[in-house]
Amino acid sequence: MRHRSLLVLSIALTGALTVTACGSRGGNKSSSNSASGGLTVTIGVDAPLSGQNSATGLGIQYGVQIAVDDANANHLVPGVTFKVKALDDQAQPATGQQNATGLVADSSVLGVVGPLNSGVAQSMQQVFATANLVEISPSNTNPTLTQGPNWASGQKTRAYKTYFRTATTDALQGAFAAQYASAAGKKNAFVVDDKQAYGAGLAGIFKDAFAKDGGQIAGTDHVNTGDKDFSTLVTKIKSSGADLLYYGGQYDEASLLSKQLKAAGANIPLFGGDGIFSATYISTAGAGSEGDLATSVGVPVDTLATAKDFIAKYKAANYPGDYGTYGGYSYDAATAIIKSIGSVVSANNGKLPSDARAKVVAGVQASDFDGIAGHVSFDQYGDTTNKQLTVYQVTSGKWASVKTGTFNG
Amino acid sequence: MHTLPQQLANGLFLGSTYGLIAIGYTMVYGIVQLINFAHGEIFMTGGFGALTVYLVLPHGTSLWLALPLMLIGGALTSVLIALGAERFAYRPLRNAPRLAPLIAAIGLSLALQQAVHNLYPKATSPRAFPQLAAGPWHLAGIRIQSGDLFTVLAAPICMIILALFVQRSRTGRAMQATAQDPDTAQLMGIDTNKIIAAAFGIGALFAAVAAVCYGLRYGEVDYSMGFQAGLKAFTAAVLGGIGNIYGAMLGGLVLGLAEALATAYISNVPGMQQLGGGSWADVWAFVLLILVLLLRPQGLLGERVADRA
Repeated sequence: MRHRSLLVLSIALTGALTVTACGSRGGNKSSSNSASGGLTVTIGVDAPLSGQNSATGLGIQYGVQIAVDDANANHLVPGVTFKVKALDDQAQPATGQQNATGLVADSSVLGVVGPLNSGVAQSMQQVFATANLVEISPSNTNPTLTQGPNWASGQKTRAYKTYFRTATTDALQGAFAAQYASAAGKKNAFVVDDKQAYGAGLAGIFKDAFAKDGGQIAGTDHVNTGDKDFSTLVTKIKSSGADLLYYGGQYDEASLLSKQLKAAGANIPLFGGDGIFSATYISTAGAGSEGDLATSVGVPVDTLATAKDFIAKYKAANYPGDYGTYGGYSYDAATAIIKSIGSVVSANNGKLPSDARAKVVAGVQASDFDGIAGHVSFDQYGDTTNKQLTVYQVTSGKWASVKTGTFNG
Repeated sequence: MHTLPQQLANGLFLGSTYGLIAIGYTMVYGIVQLINFAHGEIFMTGGFGALTVYLVLPHGTSLWLALPLMLIGGALTSVLIALGAERFAYRPLRNAPRLAPLIAAIGLSLALQQAVHNLYPKATSPRAFPQLAAGPWHLAGIRIQSGDLFTVLAAPICMIILALFVQRSRTGRAMQATAQDPDTAQLMGIDTNKIIAAAFGIGALFAAVAAVCYGLRYGEVDYSMGFQAGLKAFTAAVLGGIGNIYGAMLGGLVLGLAEALATAYISNVPGMQQLGGGSWADVWAFVLLILVLLLRPQGLLGERVADRA
């Protein structure tokens, strides 16, 4: 009896393994098979596509997908067919680094869009730099990624010349948020972060800027990513007398924190950065999220005439994820890579030179075009020159923009 | 300290959920000395089972009507999976070296997580769980929400039923006998296979109740929720004395209270600001576990037993 069930189990396992093996073999075949007659170039994508942060991560993947489909349909680079290779980093730095190594090893990859998380970017930068492979993040906002660890004291140094971003930095975002909070009459803020590169950095910048603007800090605390129970923290915030909760982190924890805060009877808004600016935040946090605030990079995508076509395509294709946060920036990041490849190919008689990756990096640095989410060009650190920020507020269950501008001192 | 009653209540709600899951670890360990690391995932499938029932019911069904059906659906799902795991993964390995079923449990845990992640519709990100539209209630400065109320009612009711079952029923007494000495129990005419399956089934039943508590309290279920909850519940079972069902519940409550109090008050202790707050809750929970195990290696309610050969 025992032997028979073991046998059944091992047959089932063997069957499962065979199926998996077939699947991966099929996948490899299609990726190495180039389009007949022309060159095939791959644009890599790295973002969290499952689990934590995946709603915004999928927005990046399909933002790039639409850019690539548009480039192929319009023959933006004659003779070259682009395709997307999207890898899931699950918001984990170690997985991101593995994915980076994998993308570097695939010689058809000439540029990468991603990752979503600043903490993941830190682990990938070195891998791409040594391989001379260009990486453009549509969403990383931690200042150290481009300006080095001593950016706050004014000693800006660029460590990786292959790293660019189409999002502006938290140095501006945190200060912009503090300015808005003070102007809205908030006096006493409780500051919570998730201890990640992005969240802790942003919360720290907000705290300093808010205190400088004359606000009080009612208290600070930290949470772990993946936590679900914030009842104790919520009781603490409620009794601290704060009139605002600032949260540095992602929507996964922020939405539950907001929900539990309102359910505990503390009617103060949660204010966060671009990490919580997602439709999923509102759907999870529920009715209690009404009045919550978020800053995000750029101007609202829905208000841009240039982005209408993009949004229509995203909706028509029924892609999962939220395009609202970084979809436009992902599209522009992919387009910057595609345009750079185009100029490299046309300078080399329609073929790819042997040092294509290095040339693409130089081409991206020189980018200068109008994207769907604003003008695309990069400064000497790899930061975008588009420093627009917007404050959004949850109004009738939707994010509505309340203030757009740039931060100035 | 005016927040103390609320913080104690917070710890109690959290600890009740831990205790309900911990029952599953402790029952299985008490009878077959196996740490069923897939139990966290059995808890998770219970949550998805309950959610499925809610989704197939006609849209707009009152949650008060749906809740009993969801409990049944969740319980059926997790009990069936637990019995399947026992029959096809653990029973064939019962006389194998201890390490083999342990590795099988870890493998099963990963397999169940991935299965839900890949096969359940839209389970790659958290799925919304319905919420009871009632409350909150105020009692002596404590604010109780509907999900919390369900938890504090469900945990003691389940516990009393279990205690009666184990002490009074034939199967319950057969379980005690099997736990003491499986070979002799078998010689006395007890079908130990049935008893072991029952232990898995009861553990899964409690896990399903815990999963519904979890869904009602946090408003979502996701494929990876079993990992952290399972780890905490296992800690609770060890803290209370693994093998002892009352110990599991007590361990859960102690763990929940310790986490809540550490989060709330450690940072107020002069010189310890850096060591308090939400991100340190787990650290203090495990410090407590180590202290208890140093002073009472058998756990709070565990009995000192000679190691089996």
